[in-house]
This record gives sequence, structure tokens and C-alpha cells, in this order.
Amino acid sequence: MSTGELCIEGLRAGIPGREILKGLSLTVRSGEVHALMGPNGSGKSTLAHVLMGRPGYQIHEGAVTLDGVDLLALPTWQRARAGLFLAMQQPIEVPGVSLAASLDEARRPVPEGGAGPVPPDLDAELRAEAARIGLETRLLERPLNVDLSGGERKRNEIVQLAALRPRFAVLDEIDSGLDVDALAAVGLRVQAATTEWGLGVLAITHFRRLLDVLRPDVVHVLSDGRVVATGGPELAELVDRSGYAAYA
Amino acid sequence: MVAEARLAGLLAREAPVLTTFTPDAAAGLPGAPWLRARRAAAAEMFTGAPVPTAKDEVWRYSRIDELDLGRFAPARVVAAAGGDGSGPSPSDRLHALVDALGPRAGLVVTIDGVLATVASSVDDADLVLGRTTDLPDGGEVLGSVADAGHDFVLLNDAFAPDPVVVDVAAGATVGLPVVVVHVVTGRPGSAVFPRTALRLGPGSRAGVVELVLAADHGLLATPPGGAVPSAARPPEQLVVPVTEVAVGEGSTLEYVSVQSLTGATWQLAYQASTIGTRASLSSFAVALGGGYARLRTDSALTGDGGTSRLRAAYLGSDHQMLDFRTLQDHRAPRTVSDLLFMGAVADTAHAVYSGLIRVRKGAVKADAVQTNHNLVLDEGAHADSVPNLDIEENDVRCSHGSTVGPVDEDQRYYLESRGVEPSRAERLIVAGFFESIAAQVPLAGARPLVGRALTERVGVSRD
Repeated sequence: MSTGELCIEGLRAGIPGREILKGLSLTVRSGEVHALMGPNGSGKSTLAHVLMGRPGYQIHEGAVTLDGVDLLALPTWQRARAGLFLAMQQPIEVPGVSLAASLDEARRPVPEGGAGPVPPDLDAELRAEAARIGLETRLLERPLNVDLSGGERKRNEIVQLAALRPRFAVLDEIDSGLDVDALAAVGLRVQAATTEWGLGVLAITHFRRLLDVLRPDVVHVLSDGRVVATGGPELAELVDRSGYAAYA
Repeated sequence: MVAEARLAGLLAREAPVLTTFTPDAAAGLPGAPWLRARRAAAAEMFTGAPVPTAKDEVWRYSRIDELDLGRFAPARVVAAAGGDGSGPSPSDRLHALVDALGPRAGLVVTIDGVLATVASSVDDADLVLGRTTDLPDGGEVLGSVADAGHDFVLLNDAFAPDPVVVDVAAGATVGLPVVVVHVVTGRPGSAVFPRTALRLGPGSRAGVVELVLAADHGLLATPPGGAVPSAARPPEQLVVPVTEVAVGEGSTLEYVSVQSLTGATWQLAYQASTIGTRASLSSFAVALGGGYARLRTDSALTGDGGTSRLRAAYLGSDHQMLDFRTLQDHRAPRTVSDLLFMGAVADTAHAVYSGLIRVRKGAVKADAVQTNHNLVLDEGAHADSVPNLDIEENDVRCSHGSTVGPVDEDQRYYLESRGVEPSRAERLIVAGFFESIAAQVPLAGARPLVGRALTERVGVSRD
């Protein structure tokens, strides 16, 4: 079991002309599940993309480290190699590119021939992971996210998470598009990863229903780009009952 | 000044003074009397016609103004073939390439436009392969589809030494593809005129793969598939392939063409088809080589309920120009045409796509789609995409669209977010772009060749 932490400190970031994250701080340790809840526009998805380095976002201040590595100094692909994974809210179609080909490349040692884990039998692994969360294995043959439903895309993200075994995963509204059964399967899979290899999870969500299956150790409430409340699972229940108005 | 400019314009459009493509030169080619007469007439017409210029709409964006016909002369026939089909045997590389396409119904090979090999494993009653002059009505087959007014078709009419025919009898099903290969040997300054007529009788089915290949280059290079340009610039040539396709009533043709010429080649190619009542053509063109490589594709839907599915994939690098002009011509009711051309340009290459959907009066319930996607991989590369509609009927469904741009930033981000290194991500996306079109190659046997040719070129142009 690895130990480490994903540490976000005083992060101020946004898009040109608009600051969206206004001094956000939180720390997720290996094996922990943190939920980040907040109303539309509070900056949840911005945080996800700023962490991963999506083009178009600007960072004004603050630091993000993964086991002490300065993530913000790295290009996107190296953040992933450092152990960060983002399950996207809207996974992007890549026509003609198979899941297996992209994961082969994602796991290929760089530079060529350098030290790195020898990839195990990827196909068998993908099929097993797909079966585990109820994704039809024939869908693994499709080009990335092409002709997949919203829910299938979300499960496909989780298959990739399982194949890549990152240190930390940000799940950006993984619950949207999933029916109750699929949500339960995905929640269980991610929960299991926290003990299988000590995955640390930051689960971004509007709703509590995800947290019924993926039990958070810590819940944060985000409002206007800042964490305004932090607590245990009971905080999610409180938000669910009385809404976000109290935190505005 | 204005008068001078006008005079200059007129001079530019004057008939060229040709020293090599003369009626005498055309008359010197061997063949049946009707073929020789046909050549002579075409040569006369070509000599009297103005040369096209980039001012003509159909030649806009092209490099036609840089083409100096005087630098080329018809490839000498004697050097190419032994005469009666017992010409030089194609090389092992050619055999390996053709064999890689899988089992076939027959093989036709021309060398510099002259028939060298004909082999068929199908009964003559179902399939005739060979010279048009071998057919009793050869004179009617030739020119029945191709519009002589376009793209140097007249020049091909005048100088094609050995027009070949693939003639499928009415009601026949030819289960395996016929392979037609035109090898261009690449003698400096030679002009080569491959000519193919495909005719499907009513109610027949067939598949044809047609390859236009430079010897010792591209698909025929050693090692096979290597498309790395040699250090020395290869000698210039002119290649004018014309293929005419008549798909008879209720018949079905699957057709794949691949062009792999040298970077010093001028190619002016023309593929024309007519699709009869309830007939269906599924065509896929691959353009890999050529310095200036033009392909004009005209598909006329002449019978009720006919379908034409047109696909092309192209990849230009170095200073290549790949130039595509298409016409989907709906002349009958309930006809369907579906065009998708996809390509990429790297380095300082230039791609042109200009297409027209024409729906004529009476072609009610015509359904036409025209799509062109271009990936621009380098700053110096360029693509022009010009879709057009000309609709004379009301009750029709037509759509067209085109894109020109670099590799999609979101796709790149998605792959990079998984840990794919950026140059690898771009290569995956470009290969995927071609994979998505190569999956639509109609003849399964040709699919691996097309996929490999394109992805190998992606590798070469991206290294």
C-alpha cells in the first residue's frame, strides 16, 4: 500500500478575464475518498481541468503537488505519468483510436526502452474490468467514446482508471448518465481500488447518491471557488437536506 | 494597359504549339483501325483546343500553369512490351503486392500503358479481361462514360496505347476481385496513358482493385511499403490515367483504386462512372504519391434508384499537391450519392477538394451527401475545401460539409490526460483519422493494404 498525498494549496485559477478558483485548498491522502460538492458554477469542473492541465485555463497563484512533485510545472501527459487520473465529465470521442492502442501508448515507457512496468495482458485485463462494472466487452472494440452512450462512456473511464492504476483519481461527476445499478458497480469498483492499490479519490458531484455507494472519508463543500466547509459523511447528508444556500 | 492585359489573356488561352503530342505521333501507335482512327480524331481535337489555365474554375488552386507539356513525350511502346501480351514479367515485388490482396478472379498488368499480363480464372462467358480491341463492340465501350471535355481525357484518347477492359456479363457474379495494375517505369520525360473500361452487364456483381504504381517506389519500393523519398530527385513524368465505369441495371460494383507514384510525377487522373437503374457503385480512391496529383471523379446516376458511394483517403507531404474534383450528377429519380473524402497534409503539402452535387430536373427524391475532412498537420501545409450544390429539383435531400484544421485539441488533451506523450498522441489521432475511413474500403482483401499504406505514410511524415 503506497502512502502519499495530493495537496492543493491556495489555488487561484480561471479562464482569461475571470478567476473561478479563489484560493482553494484541500489534501487527499492515498486510500482516502474525498467528496467535493457544490452548486453549478462553484468551480468543480474548473478544478478538475486545472489539475489535469487542460489548455485554456490560467493559474494565478497556489500549488498542487502529488507526493511532493510540482504538478503545475508538468505538461498534462507527465501529470498522468506522475499518477494523476481524471475521469472526465464529458469523455471526448477520438475516431479510429482504440482503447487498447491508447492505453498501450499511455503505459509505454518514455524514453523508449527506459525502465517501466512490463504491461501485463491488456486485453484480458480490460475485459475483466469491463465485466466488473457491467460494461459490455464488445464495446471495448469501439474507437474511444465513439457511438457510446453517456453511461457507457463513464464506465469506459473507470475501465481506463483500473488499467492505468493511478495514485490519485479525480472523478468529475462520474454519476451523471449512470443508472442505479451502474452507479453501484462503479462506486464499488472505485472503493475497492482504495484498498487494492491505495488509490486516493477526489469525487466531484452535485448529488449525494454517488456517496451512498462510494463512501467518503471527507466531504468538502465548494462555493464561489473556495472550500467553505469540510466534514465527515454527515456533511453530505446535511447538504442533501438543506441545499447549498447556507454556504453561499 | 487594359488592352495589353486582355491580349495576354487571349494568348494564354491559345492552342498550344505541341511538338510531342501531335496527331502524327498518335497515328504512329499500333492497334485496330477503329482505335487508330479514334486516336487521330482526339489528337486533332486536343491540338486545336486551348490548354486549361488556373483561371478556369475547374482548375482553380491547381498547378496547371506550371505544367509544360513540351517537356514530355509519349512513352515509347516498343520498349515497354513484347507485343502480344508476352511482355516483361512483372517483378516479384509486384506479385507480392498483388498476392497480398488475397485471392482474385483475374489480373491485368500494363507497363507504361501497354498490356503485359492478362490472367483470368473465370469463364469467358462471365468475365472478359484484355484489350478493348478484343471485344466485338470495343469501340462502343471506350468513351461511353468518360467525358472527353475534361482533364486531358482527350490526350488519353489520343495516346493510350492499349486500352484495357474488364467486362462482366449480364447476370454474372464474379465472386473474387479483379486486379488491374498499371506500372509506370519512370523513364525521364515519359508520358503514360493507362486506360481502363469497366463494364458490368445488367444484374451482375463484381469487385475491381486498380493500382497505378511507380516501379521501385512507394508500394513497389524495397523494402515494400517504404515511401521514403530517395536523395536524388526522380525524373519527371506525366501520367494520365482514365478509368470509365458503367454499372448496368441492377448490378453492383465494388471498386478500389490506389495511386502510388513518385514525387516528381504529374498525374492527371479521371474516373467516371454511370450508375444504372437500381445499380450500385461503391468506390474508394487512395492517393499517396505524385508531385501534382489530380483526380477528377464524376459519377452520374442515370437510372431510377441508383446508388453511388464515393470514398477517398489522401495523405500529402513534402511539397505535394493532391487535387480532387468531384461531381455527383443526379439525373434520375430516387438516386442516392454519398461522398466522403478525408485526407491530411504535412510539411508544405497542399490539398484541394472541390465538389459539386448536381440534381437535375426530374431527379425527385434524390438524396446526396458530400463531406470533406482535412487535417492540416504542419504550419506550412494547406488545404482548400469547396463544396457546391446545384439543385434544379424541389423534392430532394442534399447536405454538404467540410472541415479544414489541425489535430483536434480536445482529442489530444484526452489522450494526453491518460499519459500519452504528445507526439504519440498526434500520431494516434492521425492514424485513427485514416483508420476511420480505411474501415470503409469496400473490398475486404484490399483493406489491409490501404490501411498499411496510409499508416506507414503517417509514420514517415510524422517522424
